[in-house]
Amino acid sequence: MTAASPPIATRASRRFSRRAIAPYVLLAPGLLWLAIFYIYPAIQMFLVSLWTGNIESGYEMTFNFGIYPEALSQYWPWIVRSVEYGGLATLLAFALGLPLAYAIAFRGGQYKNILLFLVIAPFFTSFLLRTISWKIILADDGLVLGPLKEAGLLDPSVRLLATPAAVVAGITYNFLPFMTLPLYVALEKIDKRLIEAAEDLYAGPWRPGGTIVGGVGGGVMGLLIGAIMGYSILPFVLVGAVGGALIGTFLISEAFIRVTLPLALPGIFAGSLLTFIPAVGDFINAELLGNPQAQMIGNVIQARYLKTVDYPTASALSFILMAAILIGVLVYTKLLGTEQLTGTGV
Amino acid sequence: MTAVTAAGAATTSRPTGQRLARILDRWLLPIYAGAATAYLILPVAVMILFSFNDPTGRSNLNFRQFSLDAWLNPLGRPGLGDAVLNSLIIAAIATLVSTILGTMIALALVRYGFRGRNATNLLIFLPMSTPEIVLGASLLTSFIASVQLPFVPEGLLYPLSIRTIVIAHIMFNISYVVVTVKARLTGFPRHLEEAAMDLGATEWTTFWKVTFPLILPGVVAAALLAFSLSIDDFVVTSFTSGATQTFPLYIYGAQLRGIPVQVNVIGTIIFVSAVLLVILTTLWQRRVAARDFAPLTTIES
Repeated sequence: MTAASPPIATRASRRFSRRAIAPYVLLAPGLLWLAIFYIYPAIQMFLVSLWTGNIESGYEMTFNFGIYPEALSQYWPWIVRSVEYGGLATLLAFALGLPLAYAIAFRGGQYKNILLFLVIAPFFTSFLLRTISWKIILADDGLVLGPLKEAGLLDPSVRLLATPAAVVAGITYNFLPFMTLPLYVALEKIDKRLIEAAEDLYAGPWRPGGTIVGGVGGGVMGLLIGAIMGYSILPFVLVGAVGGALIGTFLISEAFIRVTLPLALPGIFAGSLLTFIPAVGDFINAELLGNPQAQMIGNVIQARYLKTVDYPTASALSFILMAAILIGVLVYTKLLGTEQLTGTGV
Repeated sequence: MTAVTAAGAATTSRPTGQRLARILDRWLLPIYAGAATAYLILPVAVMILFSFNDPTGRSNLNFRQFSLDAWLNPLGRPGLGDAVLNSLIIAAIATLVSTILGTMIALALVRYGFRGRNATNLLIFLPMSTPEIVLGASLLTSFIASVQLPFVPEGLLYPLSIRTIVIAHIMFNISYVVVTVKARLTGFPRHLEEAAMDLGATEWTTFWKVTFPLILPGVVAAALLAFSLSIDDFVVTSFTSGATQTFPLYIYGAQLRGIPVQVNVIGTIIFVSAVLLVILTTLWQRRVAARDFAPLTTIES
């Protein structure tokens, strides 16, 4: 910029430079906040995990990397259980959420907004109060077991509360909207004419395929439920396979498998991430609905921080949980791109 | 209603199967949708029902008798009023700050091309994809470790206080605000801003007279989301609260001894106010959309 340049050009170039810094001015405060209170704490947590000492005599930085194999081997069963519970809850939420999202998106009609509203309505109630409500519903003489026991259909000693089943059911319930909403958003975007076109091009009801897909899906689900809950597996697999095959035979059409499902993939990925991540880290459901043998890694982290005040071990476990999830998410991000991820995120 | 299985109507080979499929298709999905939403609402209904309970003992786990006692005295438990007030203060401040910071980021992301875009998107996404317990735990360790840092004023971050809760809530709210506002900003009519500038408005005037009114519905939606996340947060708050009580922390403490009916009353009040707020803002957004965007679509088409 020289003094001789005409005023118009000066104004234009000033506006240009202002446009160049404008995004950074807008970004700076928020990103700074995230850097100080998200990135820095993550690093600090890693450093704390390398401390040795205890709360009475104080802590000292000793670069004790040995804490990682130690914590992993000591708490391996809790880690495995968290992944199992979280994974099963995600699968169940998908099985429950997909037909719900499909029904709202394709058959909602005039009730679409009301149904969507009912899906998010649980969020307006405290997470803790909802989980406590499940405690009431699943209680030994509660809404589910009470009538069955009174009718003599169930032995009075049968329990739901304080079992792994209750924990998985609680997690599935609490995160079902996180699965349903992204699925709905993805399904809603699909141009219905594509499905009609597929049908015009002889995409039929797909009976044998539907039977197989439904049967295998139901069977796998039954296997997982039976295995994780520690019940005998065979009846679960049989019931799952027969139920799945029945539903699949009549409801899974060729157009659904070949057109609808592939187009809904971004929603499926976003929904499963949004369900699986909080599910793996959850400790409220295990604490309120579970028993001492059905605790998750979140329970260990919470107790180690706030009850036994063993900061290094707690930080190590917490860092492992974060690292494992972030690696998974980053791999997924590479596959789909960040814009799409934040776009379908909520 | 264009049935997905309509292709089968032409064939007559398996009439029973076809009819069954048609019935399933027409009735099963709506019945399922009804059952699934009922399942989602059931715990909320239980919470509301039990706010009218008159429990005999300490625990409010069995319905004994209809009573309005708790409704007539909703804060009648020691510490409950303070906890609710703290929750409201924390949610209000956290919502205000995170909505401003998040909206600024969303504006930058949608309206400008700049270096570091992908890194910014990733930084926004990371807190949403970190389990809450890790967010809380890492904040706790850094607040404790801040004692050793020379440039942090003593007592600012440690001992933990209502201040540290607010800091934490702003942090996890920002990403949700960005995502919500961004979703509303896509498809934003840029030519209106250009028109305002062509007519001599400064950038500042253009923003407040044109841009802001147009993005306001998105900003309000984001603020509502931030407020509801903040007022309900238990996990992160439990790590950053110290001796401060909030409503969720009060519930957690009480659930070990037996929850007073008043907790259900306040839960119900929060639920009903949230529902009313959402209905009101939806109606308002429809009016705004009808006023602002209807003429635009006719011009464009």
